[in-house]
Amino acid sequence: MSATDHAHDDHGHHEQQNFFLKYFWSTDHKIIAQQYMWTGVFMALIGGFLAYAFRMQLAFPGKFIPGFGYMSSLEYNAAVTNHGTIMIFWFAMPVLIAAFGNLLIPLMVGCDDMVFPRINRLSYQVFLISAVILVSSFFVKGGGFNGAWTAYPPLSANSDYNMAPAGSSLWLIAVALEFVAFLLGGINFIVTAMSSRAPGMRMWDVPIVVWMIVVASILFMLSVGPLFAGAVMLLFDQNFGTYFFNPERGGDPILWQHLFWFFGHPEVYVVLLPAMGMSGEIIATFSRKKLFAYKTLLYTVFATGIISFFVWAHHQFIAGIDPRMANVFTVTTLIISVPIAEMCFLYIATLYGGSIRLKVPMLWGLAFVAEFLLGGVTGIFLGASGADIYFHDTYFVVAHFHYTFVPIAIIGFFMGFTYWFPKMYGKMLNETLGKIHFWITILGFNMIFIPLFFTGMWGDHRRIYNYSHFPDLVKNGIMQDLRIMATVGLLIMLSAQVIFLMNLIKTALSKQENCGPNPWKSNTLEWTAPSPPGHGNFAVMPTVYRGPYEYSLPDRESDFWPQSEPPDADKQA
Amino acid sequence: MAHAKPIATLRTAAGVPVGRLAMWWLLASEIVIFGGLLVGYIIHRNGHPEWAIEAANTNTLAGAINTFVLLTSSLSAVLAHQAAQTGNGKRAARFLWLTILGACMFLVIKSFEWTHEIQLGFTLTKSGFWSFYYCAAGLHAAHVIAGSIAMGVVAVDAAKGKELQRVEYVGIYWHFVDVVWIFLFPLLYIAK
Repeated sequence: MSATDHAHDDHGHHEQQNFFLKYFWSTDHKIIAQQYMWTGVFMALIGGFLAYAFRMQLAFPGKFIPGFGYMSSLEYNAAVTNHGTIMIFWFAMPVLIAAFGNLLIPLMVGCDDMVFPRINRLSYQVFLISAVILVSSFFVKGGGFNGAWTAYPPLSANSDYNMAPAGSSLWLIAVALEFVAFLLGGINFIVTAMSSRAPGMRMWDVPIVVWMIVVASILFMLSVGPLFAGAVMLLFDQNFGTYFFNPERGGDPILWQHLFWFFGHPEVYVVLLPAMGMSGEIIATFSRKKLFAYKTLLYTVFATGIISFFVWAHHQFIAGIDPRMANVFTVTTLIISVPIAEMCFLYIATLYGGSIRLKVPMLWGLAFVAEFLLGGVTGIFLGASGADIYFHDTYFVVAHFHYTFVPIAIIGFFMGFTYWFPKMYGKMLNETLGKIHFWITILGFNMIFIPLFFTGMWGDHRRIYNYSHFPDLVKNGIMQDLRIMATVGLLIMLSAQVIFLMNLIKTALSKQENCGPNPWKSNTLEWTAPSPPGHGNFAVMPTVYRGPYEYSLPDRESDFWPQSEPPDADKQA
Repeated sequence: MAHAKPIATLRTAAGVPVGRLAMWWLLASEIVIFGGLLVGYIIHRNGHPEWAIEAANTNTLAGAINTFVLLTSSLSAVLAHQAAQTGNGKRAARFLWLTILGACMFLVIKSFEWTHEIQLGFTLTKSGFWSFYYCAAGLHAAHVIAGSIAMGVVAVDAAKGKELQRVEYVGIYWHFVDVVWIFLFPLLYIAK
């Protein structure tokens, strides 16, 4: 199902390449996007399997787990740690920023490739090495790293405590390499969007998803540095016995928390913004209506980006920081919900009065806004330092951030994938299978995490490996039933992905004709290129005449007006 | 494999050549790496007045000489840029090699200095101060090495009159490496 007809739409200056050069050594942004995407999906399968293993352990403590075996406490910790790490750094990041950024930025701004194609290839290669290192860390002596994805010292710094001397260093090296990969990619994204826009495309004509990916790349670039330095320091602490995070000789474990969360909180917006942007594109296209308040939306994006640098300590309210500082960070945290809420309102305003088409990508796009809203609203409780003292480290927190990250990563992936699938492969996915897949996935997802809000509110601590060790927590009312319900929800959600796979296979085998360049009748530039776009993307490099969301204009016959269509094309026709 | 440059690389909607633009963004990401490290150091230093006793053992004279060497090498980077602007690739390459010579001198002085300190027992693990000292200066030295390699690659091309615009970009990077040292020198050596 890969784009095998690339060679046919070449326009010169490009030799026939063998399979290896084409798919593993390519500098073409579309190929690199797919490399990122499928590597990310493969890693998500590992992350999903880890989730399956530890959820089974939580629902049926100490029982045999089919496909995994009996789970020890160390294995449990390693599974939880690497589930979090993989889902954020090796699934959400590569798929949302790297894959869709690579695919969309050159196509949407109307140029033939990234500005630095070879740096782009290098970025993926470094990323691939980091993924290999991470996966190999599961198999070294002592097993994978087990100090939670936040890697707080002293647990992460001292192998006497975490009992995974090799695993924790490999984990850290993998994360640091992954940062390098995304810094290389990010510079490329920013420069391409700034510098290589098609003639006529002003700042305000850039599609919102490109803006959001660029802002996300800038956020990543400006926040990851301290953690990169912190990772080097922690690596020194682990392997050379330094004292950066060891209070014994003048170090400070809280310093790591500051370095980590100074990156860690903007990181939420780094992965959120691309998904938010994709849902904006989809909602405008399938409402057949102009995106409501484009500029206001942009300002909310900038506001989110700036404020996201001043909220990080809300992760540390009970870590012993100054209570006066906690007040400040409570205020900033509540302030950042304003621009995010505004984005959601603008999308709802876009829907209002539109002629809405509930195609599969639209379902995912709407689900993203609805489910993310739940994650955002529960965040208010955790951002308020008073309430957080009670909620901290309970399953309420787990449920909260999964209501942000599952919409971002999983719903975000399916929304982008189903919407741009025709562009990537020239075929349409099956709508019926797509809808069944959508509804079962959403049902399973909510079934996992709604019960966890309740167990968390009732005080269920999130770092317990076997609840049967704590009879109060098992026999107390329906606590254990809710845990089992969450696990059943996960099984439903995982098994729904079989339908997705069936849909892919069915579409790949089907003999349907090429869907044409613009199956959704959308305005942005990528829909003027052939599906899939050949080398160099556009047959004729486009010129831009208007903004990206000119839908349903009253004085026009067709309800869309592509950005690159000359203004008087109607009169001539 | 030779690559024809994509159209994207030749466009300048931002009004700046793409290489220079990318270099500034690279520096932005580098600034936060060193920024995080140094802010962490400053906060710790304020919390540990006793580190001043440790800091008294650094060799301020060696640090001062190194500052002079590094700043002088920046001068030749500027002269290389000037030569590249007039299209004189050979001259630009010569000045770049001179800059690399300065970088090597910097590293030689540094390695003598560190050997001496380690012999006196001031190792990476002696205390928090020395952990920061070796980590920050080591990260900087890694940048000096990386910058030298980059300048070497550019100099080889420039001598053949190719890719002369890159002389400016490595120059920008080299000034950044300088500026980091300007922060490190007082923080690690002078502050007692």
